[in-house]
Amino acid sequence: MNSKPARIVLSLLLLVGLLLLPHFLQFHHQDLLIFLTINVLVVASYRIVTLTGEWSLIHAVMMGVGGYTAALVFKQFELGMWFTLPLAGIVAAAIAALLCFPLFRMTQFYFLIGSFAAGEAIRLCWIRFVQPFGGTGGLSGVEPPLIGDIDFLEAVPYYYLTLAVVGLCLFILYRIENSRIGLILHSVHWKAPLAESVGVDTWRYRALAFIIGSFFVGVAGGLKVHYLGTITPNQFGVGFMVFILIWVIVGGYNRFYGPIIGVVVLTLFDESIRSLEEIRPAIYGAVLIISILFLPQGLESIVGRVKRLFARKPAGGTPSGDR
Amino acid sequence: MELVIQSIINGLIQGGFFALFAVGLVMIFGVMGVVNFAHGELVMVGAYTIWLVHAQYGFPYLPTLLLAIVVVMGIGLLMERFLFRPTRNDPLGGLICSIGVLFILQVLATLIGGDGPSKQVPPPLDGTLVLLEFIRIPYQRLFGLGVSVLALLTLWYFLTRTRLGWALRAVALDREAAALQGININVISFIAIGVGAALAGLAGGLMAPLTNINPHMGHNVIITAFIVTIVGGVGSISGAVYAAIIYALFHTFVTVYLGGTVATICGLVLMVLVLIVRPSGIMGVRVSE
Repeated sequence: MNSKPARIVLSLLLLVGLLLLPHFLQFHHQDLLIFLTINVLVVASYRIVTLTGEWSLIHAVMMGVGGYTAALVFKQFELGMWFTLPLAGIVAAAIAALLCFPLFRMTQFYFLIGSFAAGEAIRLCWIRFVQPFGGTGGLSGVEPPLIGDIDFLEAVPYYYLTLAVVGLCLFILYRIENSRIGLILHSVHWKAPLAESVGVDTWRYRALAFIIGSFFVGVAGGLKVHYLGTITPNQFGVGFMVFILIWVIVGGYNRFYGPIIGVVVLTLFDESIRSLEEIRPAIYGAVLIISILFLPQGLESIVGRVKRLFARKPAGGTPSGDR
Repeated sequence: MELVIQSIINGLIQGGFFALFAVGLVMIFGVMGVVNFAHGELVMVGAYTIWLVHAQYGFPYLPTLLLAIVVVMGIGLLMERFLFRPTRNDPLGGLICSIGVLFILQVLATLIGGDGPSKQVPPPLDGTLVLLEFIRIPYQRLFGLGVSVLALLTLWYFLTRTRLGWALRAVALDREAAALQGININVISFIAIGVGAALAGLAGGLMAPLTNINPHMGHNVIITAFIVTIVGGVGSISGAVYAAIIYALFHTFVTVYLGGTVATICGLVLMVLVLIVRPSGIMGVRVSE
């Protein structure tokens, strides 16, 4: 089942499927596909932050920091996307590094509230300081790049660009999680005193996870602003943060692919109930509650169950995938 | 000078409202360990009850206020029984469930009241008290302040002078130890969320004639409640009351001189500063691990 050739074939099939996908979709759905791809990066980067067991509420605002950086740099210096995207990540990481000093004096509930407060303060600054952030109306006129004859204003080319960037970022995130650093992050979560006793500076690793996550979500923010062309403070409010939380938790946060399953399934679900208009959030809320009550390990636990169903020998030991 | 005195009085009245819903949040967190994100929406439901039953159907104000308390308390009890009790061992579960409730309540409010402009409720008490010729306090605000103080005093009496109140504080201190002493955790949780939700409903009912009522009014309420909770010290009810008054005065003054958005930014920065300098809050107790 988990043999190497089978995995390679599966990944290739997935890649081909992803490449062909936009050609079977209408324009509206192509649009959605791009945002979905960006949101995959958002949840995957959030996962790195949560690996240490700290649930921050500033992730959405960090995406905004990346987005605003890209927009401002593009408008001020007319630099292309090749400069603005890495810069978006770097500025978000730098702000995260500054915030580490106050925020990581706290843990758990306090960290949750503290990160929420810090994020809301940054967001309110975008609203308050019309120069240079444009106030509630935000900034507009950010254009996608132009390479040769390929116009990235079109949905399909931009989708491929997004797919490439997000794919690269996911690869790096996956490698980080499975490296020595990733293992230390896990140990900080599950056995912090033990990790400290063998010389791991838990503060430093919590901060590192936060900075790495912020970098990648900043890149996601850059991708979003270059496609949308506009950016407003309200795109990154509590509402979006709540959605990130929902995606991660409904998907399950014990494995790398859990949050990704969550964002894909819930986006498809959300799209399928589009006709219900204003009662949509209530249905979303109900699904959220039901999944917490009946599927506390997230959607990824279904994958595990199916796998065990097909496995030859009966499953033994612990079913949870905590490492 | 006149502006200063007027601001102090407005701040105190505001502080009464802040204290009502912040105390409820503190009680729910202390006893059940759940951050109730839907707390702002409970206040919103209280305000909507006043708008629907009093302003639309012409029912008298005071009985409607009682009705608002009962309705919100009912929602709170349902949340405890069907959401928080099954997820008690999962610290994030309760939080996420309360976010689900938040969405549902917002949509219900939109369905009942429509998505149009914010609603206003004409104050049931007319007239303004004029002191020293320059201080003006509308009777409605005075009434709100009086009721808040009364409610908080009653709560203080309940928590410090009755056996049930002692039991509640015991559970907040240490759930296992309290259970070993024969305290029924489920009953205490019901009481905590019942009282907390009732206070939120009361706050919503009292604020209804003084603010704009819309499905999203809970957002500002929850931010305020978080700031007050943190500044006062998580789990400290008296701390929450003092912090509510301090923060309300602070917010009123900054709003008068620098505007509402700056006031909220300053409040959030204040909260982060308190978290850094004194994470246990002004009245909190330092707990060693």
